[in-house]
Amino acid sequence: MRHIISILIENESGALSRVAGLFSARGYNIESLTVAATEDASLSRMTIVTRGSAEIIEQITKQLNKLIDVVRLIDLAESFHIERELMMVKIKAIGDMRAEIRSMAEVFRGKIVDVTPSTYIVEMTGPSEKLDAFIAAIDSNSIIEVVRSGSTGISRGEKGLHV
Amino acid sequence: MELSGAQILVQSLIDEGVEYIFGYPGGAVLHLYDALYQQEDIKHILVRHEQGATHAADGYARSTGKPGVVLVTSGPGATNAVTGIATAYMDSIPMVIISGQVSLPVIGSDAFQEVDMIGITRPCVKHNYLVKDVTKLAETIKKAFYVATTGRPGPVVIDVPKDITAPHIKVPYKYPKKVSIRSYNPVVTPHKGQIKKAVELLLSAQKPIIYSGGGVVLGEASKELTEFTRALGYPITNTLMGLGAYPATDKQNIGMLGMHGTYEANMAMHESDVIIAIGARFDDRVTGKLDLFCPYAKIIHIDIDPASISKTVRVDIPIVGEVKPVLELMMEMIKESSTKPNKKALELWWQQIAQWQAVDCLQFDRESPLIKPQYVIEQLYDVTKGNAYVTSDVGQHQMWAAQYYPFDKPRRWINSGGLGTMGFGLPAAIGVKLAHPDADVACVTGEASIQMCIQELSTALQYKTPIKIINLNNRYMGMVRQWQEFSYECRYSHSYMDTIPDFVKLAEAYGHVGIRIDKPEEVRAALETAFSMKDRTVFLDIMTDRTENVYPMIEAGKGHHDMKLRVAQGSTTERELA
Ligand SMILES: Cc1cc2nc3c(=O)[nH]c(=O)nc-3n(C[C@H](O)[C@H](O)[C@H](O)COP(=O)(O)OP(=O)(O)OC[C@H]3O[C@@H](n4cnc5c(N)ncnc54)[C@H](O)[C@@H]3O)c2cc1C
Ligand SMILES: Cc1ncc(C[n+]2csc(CCOP(=O)(O)OP(=O)(O)O)c2C)c(N)n1
Ligand SMILES: [Mg+2]
Repeated sequence: MRHIISILIENESGALSRVAGLFSARGYNIESLTVAATEDASLSRMTIVTRGSAEIIEQITKQLNKLIDVVRLIDLAESFHIERELMMVKIKAIGDMRAEIRSMAEVFRGKIVDVTPSTYIVEMTGPSEKLDAFIAAIDSNSIIEVVRSGSTGISRGEKGLHV
Repeated sequence: MELSGAQILVQSLIDEGVEYIFGYPGGAVLHLYDALYQQEDIKHILVRHEQGATHAADGYARSTGKPGVVLVTSGPGATNAVTGIATAYMDSIPMVIISGQVSLPVIGSDAFQEVDMIGITRPCVKHNYLVKDVTKLAETIKKAFYVATTGRPGPVVIDVPKDITAPHIKVPYKYPKKVSIRSYNPVVTPHKGQIKKAVELLLSAQKPIIYSGGGVVLGEASKELTEFTRALGYPITNTLMGLGAYPATDKQNIGMLGMHGTYEANMAMHESDVIIAIGARFDDRVTGKLDLFCPYAKIIHIDIDPASISKTVRVDIPIVGEVKPVLELMMEMIKESSTKPNKKALELWWQQIAQWQAVDCLQFDRESPLIKPQYVIEQLYDVTKGNAYVTSDVGQHQMWAAQYYPFDKPRRWINSGGLGTMGFGLPAAIGVKLAHPDADVACVTGEASIQMCIQELSTALQYKTPIKIINLNNRYMGMVRQWQEFSYECRYSHSYMDTIPDFVKLAEAYGHVGIRIDKPEEVRAALETAFSMKDRTVFLDIMTDRTENVYPMIEAGKGHHDMKLRVAQGSTTERELA
């Protein structure tokens, strides 16, 4: 199963490598990992998308919790949450293609953020599957470059992840 | 008070109550060594190799429960310490390792003797710190000791750049009395509901067994474990790391479990209906093949580390907490409960166990004209009246020491279980002897293991730590040879050394006493002589039967009920090795 683990971690140098090292040392897989400071400069928020059986996910969360720098974590997949990923795609856009890409971007609620006579850059956010779907919908020969941020997420409702 | 970083570091250690530092100097720690020179509270033990420093500090820690402290220089000093750090990590031993580092401005420039110690040790420490600000040094040291010694203990590295210790930069010093770390809360209140469920399950058992481990030793809960076990009247088995936490000579103790555990302990595990694991981590040497592990049992597991619970074996009632308070709560509930242990069922269970015990799985040839290693350990036990601290290296000799020296007290059996580090025994014995100068300290070793840290014989002379080295010299890496005999059709690939030093001369060269023993009838007297030389380190080089194997044994891929037992060899001459 796919899980999104959201971590509050001390914003210390090396914190990222502790988490990444844990995953590689124990053979857990990482689909994506995002990290940035929070409104409290002493803390970073990390979001890791991983896959594994219930037992493996349990070990992952326990091992992460064991890291001294980890302040708190939750597995977002366990409750209602919102997941978003940012993607930018540079696409060859000539002739008829230009209109087609514009309308496709519109359908997916993307924005065209850069225009040249022969290319567009489409910016899009959403759950990862939506971004996958957009890519699938575009002729793969016309894609010049894809950049994705990896997923981040937040739980719905009143509860939040904080110290 | 204004102090330099070097002075702060030394003063912090003094304020922390540190008695010994095990270390080795070098460029990056010269300021620190200068500060050490100018004080008298802490004794510095100069080892001969940084690995020795870590094992000696580790032996000190295991035998006292206090954290061991190590000081090494940057680069090669730091990397030499890594094996010992990993050794301590695997067995959850509290240590604080201070490594020198190149100065902050040159970190990352491949400076002379620079190595990324934080990166190298990350996977084998509980935590590590790079000190970047001298005003935070004292607090960092306090935190390191706090993290190392609380919760599930473990080694903590403090990497100290040279410029942090510079003598001319002085800052105010105050050693914090307490620290708290918001992301680290080692104290857990055990869940009463879970404990109640566990007690109910325990009291309903027909074929119960207590499986206790190193966590009881680490958590200083021997007394509680003993009371608990006696109150229930259940059989108890210990892991290699848990030996001594419950008296081995007590009749409720059915010996070690696992790969080289007793037949009765493994059979009882296999047939049991309720297991309570106490401070043990279901290591693969203990469980054998997981699919075959304890098929009929419901399992209760007490552990301070949630990650130890249901890691390899799924348990039915997890209890996260310190052994001691959990056992205390359990005892109360057992006393108050109207249900009592099922006497009838227990009687049958003990009868069954007695049948397994009758197999006499630890028998060996007592008529042999050759020195049987098991016999040496029995004699060692007898001569030291079971009161010695026994360190060991890794191999067959380690297993024989564990099997034939019954430990009645915790912290007497000092060995590397998790990492299985050859070279551990001798430096560890030095650390133990420093902590317990009046006790008998024996290092049971093999001719291969002892050569991995043999240089520490020199340290033993300098600091007058009279230990007794019991070298079970079988002219083989016996443990490797045994596996090759069983699993590789006797292809003894590189498990034999063509040249083995004359250990008697070697011991003498290092300033100690060396005695070679070739015949069984000389063993007893040699041991008595060795232990009567109170102020000398004695190296007993004992030529044992080189074909002897460790039995019983669970071979790879087998379950507890499928042990390989010794087949009576009948012959009294040396068994031919195919
Ligand atoms: C050659 C060789 C052969 C071996 N053969 C065997 C064998 O036959 N049998 C055997 O048993 N081992 C054997 N071992 C050792 C084995 O590899 C493991 O080291 C050992 O089994 C682990 O012991 P343990 O489960 O007691 O755990 P430890 O490593 O001692 O871990 C202690 C556990 O207790 C927990 N804990 C710590 N403090 C507390 C506390 N205060 N309260 C609660 N919980 C706490 C920890 O979180 C951890 O889970 C062998 C090793 C070697 C090198
Ligand atoms: C540092 C290290 N290298 C290799 C091993 C693998 N190993 C385990 S036991 C053993 C042989 C030990 O031989 P010896 O010390 O003579 O003990 P014996 O088994 O003969 O009693 C080896 C090589 C190890 N445990 N540690
Ligand atoms: Mg040997």
